[in-house]
Amino acid sequence: MTSSISTRGARIPGGWSRLLREQPVVPISALLIVIVVIYALVRPGVVNADWAGVILRAAVPLAILAGCQTLTMLTGGIDLSVCAVASMAGFMVASLLHGPGFEIGIAVALTAAALAGLLTGIGVGIFRVHPLIMSLGVSFVVLGLANAWQILTVQSSTGVPPVLRTIGSERLGELLPYSLVVFIPLTALILIGLRRTGFGRMLFAIGDNPTAARLSGARSWQVLITLYVLSALMAALAGLLLSGLTNVASVTLADSLVLPSVAAAVIGGTSIFGGRGGFGGTIVGALILTVISALLTALGFPEAVRQILFGSIIVVVAAAYTRVTSVS
Amino acid sequence: MSAVAGPIVDTRGRPVVDALVAWARRNGWTLSLIALLAVLLAFTKVINPSYGAPGIQGLAISVLPLALAAVAQAVCVIGGGIDLSIGSMMALTSVVAASQMKDQSEEFGVAVILAVLILGLIIGAVNGAVIVITRVPDIVVTLAMSFVWAGAALLVLKTPAGGSAQWLKDLVLGPAGFDWIPKAAVVLIVVVAVIWIPLRRSTVGLSIYAIGSDRLAAFRSGVAVGPTKVIAYATTGLFAALAGISLTASTGIGNPVPGPYTLMSVAAVVLGGVSLAGGRGGVFGPMIGVLILVLIQNDMAFLSLDPNLALVSQGLILIGVVMFGSLIQWRRSRR
Repeated sequence: MTSSISTRGARIPGGWSRLLREQPVVPISALLIVIVVIYALVRPGVVNADWAGVILRAAVPLAILAGCQTLTMLTGGIDLSVCAVASMAGFMVASLLHGPGFEIGIAVALTAAALAGLLTGIGVGIFRVHPLIMSLGVSFVVLGLANAWQILTVQSSTGVPPVLRTIGSERLGELLPYSLVVFIPLTALILIGLRRTGFGRMLFAIGDNPTAARLSGARSWQVLITLYVLSALMAALAGLLLSGLTNVASVTLADSLVLPSVAAAVIGGTSIFGGRGGFGGTIVGALILTVISALLTALGFPEAVRQILFGSIIVVVAAAYTRVTSVS
Repeated sequence: MSAVAGPIVDTRGRPVVDALVAWARRNGWTLSLIALLAVLLAFTKVINPSYGAPGIQGLAISVLPLALAAVAQAVCVIGGGIDLSIGSMMALTSVVAASQMKDQSEEFGVAVILAVLILGLIIGAVNGAVIVITRVPDIVVTLAMSFVWAGAALLVLKTPAGGSAQWLKDLVLGPAGFDWIPKAAVVLIVVVAVIWIPLRRSTVGLSIYAIGSDRLAAFRSGVAVGPTKVIAYATTGLFAALAGISLTASTGIGNPVPGPYTLMSVAAVVLGGVSLAGGRGGVFGPMIGVLILVLIQNDMAFLSLDPNLALVSQGLILIGVVMFGSLIQWRRSRR
């Protein structure tokens, strides 16, 4: 929100802080390993391949939603509509299962998500509305429409399609979750897209310096519209996986993930002011949050203490990260 | 020469009118919002001819917590921040107030309310201090702190429970002497006037606007940026506590689960003409914004439409108004 008084560029950081700044994945992965070791120490014998599969399965939807935040945060934006869109997609597919069928349901859900993303993108890209407020407004619209749809279709039974249940919750050989079938190609696409394509570079450019990007000929409104449509489609995908994972289709399914999705991107080293970050760190960030939350549950803390610790840990990690990577 | 002299002579001739025009231009956004509110009220009267004093009463009571939350959000947004923990702070202060006041004497209730207000100041100041010390972006810190305060609220009360002192309920429920003036509205205006107007007129208030408008310039002009930010967030906490107390007063209990107040307060603030970039706007606009958002919800009920469509139209009005605003800004900047 604020333009911090930074002395960016005053001194070139050397050694550790440079590594942290340019390769956030390395220290973040170290942190993940530390937390897993702590988990193994307090709950001996629990941490094994099976456990890793369960954690991975739970982290995939969060990682995709955090991916939406990462991409939008690279341009200096944020997408608060991801969770409304995700829940809507999951619910839409489930509600259309017994009438039109699974394929039509998927098509309708993705189209609706793309329209929501288009609306956000037009607001942010053309009308230059603050992304926070634009995506918030769109999330109201999506949630309201999804609710109205829910009331219309209350008679027809809403069950999560078996295909989604398999992909979302089952694991190959009781080990590797099937959701990786969706997640790995998506990750590859995002990583390559950010590094190797003009679109990816444009995201960094717009976030780093919008004026410079415009003067060098970037049509930022086109980039932003594409970006928010993409973000909404990813959110819809995450919603489908989540409804498969939890075997629940509800219009508020993903609501509790909106804050963790932002937190995962921030912990993963993406700057909320834009221009710096990447999806690799975000995946690790999502894993860290999932493991922490599993650890707090395993330790048997009551919900209240869990929330307090969760929030505190996010602040501490973000603070440590900011301290180490800031140049001054 | 005459072209230059002309308007000056005119100004001397009609200073009042010109001052009025200048004032209207400065407050154009708020005035348009009031017009929109008036249209909505007229619309409400048309679709529901029996809408009258009781309707206004109900509106004022349902608006009170959200209006205070919007004022809370406005203060820190003006200071260049944003507080996503307002809903959680409201839940925490509300359950503390409700759990301590239950089955206690009326006098003890006064002490509880004072303590809760101080608690609000403290948790707000903690938010601000963490932001200043860690230099983590406001949005991330307050997001994380929203977990902390919501967890603390769950520690106090696991389920909605507690009670409220009778005087506190009497303070906000019912009309203030005259049927058309609800007590809740009077309380809102008095509370905001007593806290906000002196603050805004003081050096601290000016500093809050300064750090929101341009942090570096404020720093170079000798504003203590860190402490000012903490004060802004503490004020936000104080208003969030007031909002929490008003929840307890109007419902008679405390609910540990945060309501939709955080995001609604952001919406109301932006609707009210406060720039998310900071340094611009006031607290009056956001209060009108809240009235508009709530009145839409009521109208949907009167039209016996699906209440969820209220959410849709709130979102659309938010998007529409903000798009309109940025369009005006854009045209101005091109001139």
